Amino acid sequence: MSQSNAPSNPPSNSPAHALPTSPHLQIYKLPITAIVSICNRASGVANSLAMALLVWVLYKASGSALGFEGTHSFVDSWFIRLVLFGFTFTLYFHLCNGIRHLFWDIGKGFEFDTAKKTAKASIAVAAGLTVITWLIAA
Amino acid sequence: MNTLRTPLKKVKGLGSAKEGTNHFWTQRLTAMALIPLVLWLCFSIAALPGTDHATLQAWVGSSFNAVLLVLMIFAAFYHAKLGLQVILEDYLANHGTRTAAIILSTFLCILLACVGIFSVLKIAFTT
Repeated sequence: MSQSNAPSNPPSNSPAHALPTSPHLQIYKLPITAIVSICNRASGVANSLAMALLVWVLYKASGSALGFEGTHSFVDSWFIRLVLFGFTFTLYFHLCNGIRHLFWDIGKGFEFDTAKKTAKASIAVAAGLTVITWLIAA
Repeated sequence: MNTLRTPLKKVKGLGSAKEGTNHFWTQRLTAMALIPLVLWLCFSIAALPGTDHATLQAWVGSSFNAVLLVLMIFAAFYHAKLGLQVILEDYLANHGTRTAAIILSTFLCILLACVGIFSVLKIAFTT
């Protein structure tokens, strides 16, 4: 039994030591498809918060005009306007990326080049729709 | 037939979680329903700041907007319940914590959906 099955640590200057280890989130540069993938999750959570805010405004609106005054000035503030602007972007982004997912579900768009293009497109289209929406509505 | 599984279990195809492809399919169904609804909602959200109580009640109270709001709230919280469940399943390793978090998020989604739909109907039937 001259050989052991236990792995031995290579010396620090050996080629084996220079090989990349498993991708570590802090040093691994994520491809655009992975960034968009995690952003789809994050935007989904943001959209849940947006819906919670919408329900709260509807609940306050179903009450008296006096009770709505606080809500009105709250929603009218520049900070909440900014939050609502952000929510329209996350909603549009999740919408665009969701359409990407629906195409994947029918087996289309899996080629890496296509996936990269549609990932970038979902960000661009969401940004465009957000700006257009606020230009028209405001 | 060298198996303990019954033919009925096979033909039902529901698997160990006993719901088959239900989660996957309802997530896609609600997603498709939400495509036109979200486009409509975003324009409505952008018009919300500056809207006073009477104007907002009149807007929610119109049949068109009331129906779309109810559909939006139902589909969105159904979709959110399914999506949040997957996130919790992925990131919470402890079985007890995970189950508790999923139950809590499910209850929250149902509560918010009920409050939202009730508020819309209350406005629609009183204005």
